[in-house]
Amino acid sequence: MALPPVAWHALVAFVVLNAVVLLVTYVTLLERKFAARMQSRIGPYYVGRPHGWLQPIADALKLMIKEDIVPAAADRGVYNLAPVVFLVPCMLIFATIPFAPGLGVADLNIGVLFFLAVSSLEIVGLFMGGWGSNNKYALLSAMRAVNQIISYDLPFVFAALVPVLLAGSLQMSAIVDAQQGLAFVFYPVLGQLAFVAYLVATLAAENRVPFDILEAESELVAGFRVEYSGMKFALIQLGEYAHMLGTSFLGALLFLGGWLGPGPAWLGPFWFLGKALLIFLIVTWVRWSFVRIRVDQILAISWKLLLPATLVLLLATGLVVATRGAGGV
Amino acid sequence: MPDTQIQQIVELGYGGNERLMMNMGPQHPSSHGVFRMILALEGETVVGVDAVIGYLHRCHEKLGETLTYVQYPSIASKTDYVAAMTSELAYVSAVERIAKIEVPRRAQYLRVIAAELQRIASHCLWLGTWCLDMGGALGGGATVFLYTIREREMVLDRLEELTGARLLYGFHQVGGTRYDIPAGWDAKVRETVGFIERRIDEYEAMLERNTFFVARTQGVGVISRELAQAVGVSGPLIRGSGVNYDVRRAEPYSSYADFDFVVPVETAGDCYARYRVRMVEFRQSIRIVRQALDGLPAGPISSRPGVKSVGQVRVPKGEGYARVEGARGEVGCYLVSDGGPKPYRMKWRGASFSNLAVLPHIVPGHKVADVVAIMGSVDPVFGEVDR
Repeated sequence: MALPPVAWHALVAFVVLNAVVLLVTYVTLLERKFAARMQSRIGPYYVGRPHGWLQPIADALKLMIKEDIVPAAADRGVYNLAPVVFLVPCMLIFATIPFAPGLGVADLNIGVLFFLAVSSLEIVGLFMGGWGSNNKYALLSAMRAVNQIISYDLPFVFAALVPVLLAGSLQMSAIVDAQQGLAFVFYPVLGQLAFVAYLVATLAAENRVPFDILEAESELVAGFRVEYSGMKFALIQLGEYAHMLGTSFLGALLFLGGWLGPGPAWLGPFWFLGKALLIFLIVTWVRWSFVRIRVDQILAISWKLLLPATLVLLLATGLVVATRGAGGV
Repeated sequence: MPDTQIQQIVELGYGGNERLMMNMGPQHPSSHGVFRMILALEGETVVGVDAVIGYLHRCHEKLGETLTYVQYPSIASKTDYVAAMTSELAYVSAVERIAKIEVPRRAQYLRVIAAELQRIASHCLWLGTWCLDMGGALGGGATVFLYTIREREMVLDRLEELTGARLLYGFHQVGGTRYDIPAGWDAKVRETVGFIERRIDEYEAMLERNTFFVARTQGVGVISRELAQAVGVSGPLIRGSGVNYDVRRAEPYSSYADFDFVVPVETAGDCYARYRVRMVEFRQSIRIVRQALDGLPAGPISSRPGVKSVGQVRVPKGEGYARVEGARGEVGCYLVSDGGPKPYRMKWRGASFSNLAVLPHIVPGHKVADVVAIMGSVDPVFGEVDR
């Protein structure tokens, strides 16, 4: 019995959404275990012995049953809406990611553009949260958020456009197909530089250390989410990790050849997941090794270094493509 | 205008600037205890600091008048609880100075070993918490913190073997020390300091080659030589500002004159200079510990052995001031005796108290993020500030 297309899409979206939520939950465990290793600790252990396998579930349950506190002075409408506004774009970006040929919600012909456009919408939720909380720490954090996202979205987009130019398509599956012979990260000079720029911009776009000035718990306590508790806090946390995972998937797609890899075709999704987690672990590694930098230094890095560099990179890629022709290596 | 009103309004300046009063502390992740700063912000830039202390005041100096010379050394630990050994030492030295009590050389050496191990432990905690301030508990700072805590733990284990306590020791007493070193302790200490010495190289590699760390610390919170002397900061702060001053050198106590060590001096006066001073001090403390263990003389550990009951130490009428170089700077204790078993008056000179006074001079003009970096580089312990 064939399902009508709408129902089919809904079903796929439902499956992907739940898979993403589950993955995000367990990615937190991966990060905690990885960080624990770096810091010569054990990390989660007792809940779901011996390796804390049930810790993410326990955390989620704990957050669900926590009291939901709304500050008396908060702007209730904005405050309550902010976690949702933040979460939706973070989940929506998974709509365009194909996990294997034909396995995804929608392989749009402007997939990369859609991804970049939607993922930068999260800033609206961030700002709403910071503004609506009516807290000075949150307010400062919201201001920093706007500063940072505006500064880093441009290099992020430019770095992501390098593989797009090389492949000659905005469709994600086409970009992967173009890497059939050679993943773009191995593309001489251009690919590697773009990958590094992508990673740096990713750190900033995800608000991770050393660019986590929004959260900055030693200065701003917890930044824009200082007043959030319970499920609203969980939604923000979920959105943050979903966004992080989404950009890792995009990086794996654009630079590491997505689902391509040795072995039979059914291994494709696993290759893809493995590559995305590799990027995630690199980001985590950086997070647990660096100190946070200051807001003015972050802006200086973006506008004085990263933006010109990615622009030149994009220009160089354009020249290469113009002389050689797009599509493949 | 009452304080509470200021905190709730956004003042509109006439220069087109908006000022925001932000209350940082006393409960704040990087207030290093209980310290309150009321910051006036213009955007991200701090234009004014109002520092409020006193949240940890425990009437220490009054307490000192109610306890005998035998009892108080254990309480003296609680002024600077991160470097308890030095406060105890300051108190008993002041008593010894009034009563002109000789301290056996073995006891002097033991005091030096305890004080230097304490300095290592204290600097470990400083480095970790300072990196926490800059890197966050959810970032690279936590990594350094956990590393340094691991090393501090080893030193605390040694001190536990020596005194039976891990934080507040009661090791010193008037006329000497309360405990002699246990069997095999010497070798364990050598192993510990050797291990820490290797680890310090790792911290330096992790931090100094880290561009972000250098960017966060160099040129931040500069204390000029003049300001340092005018405010009266001491310890790593004044040595980071180009003044070669160390009580261990300037006025050697407890046979510090016997040991060969370098007093590090940096001229930049910024957070990085203070960091460098402390990193060198780590190594110099290790050097002193080794020398003291090598040259540890035999003999009694106290010139007044068996002093147990509270009335046994009688001090003649008089007054005395003793100062020692604590981990945070000059720790002084001033005592007035009326000939009884308890001091008539006592006064602490806390190193953190004087060091903290420099904050309002150096913080304005920096960003909010620098406030915590500067605060961490001053390394205050609020038990000593408020007493």
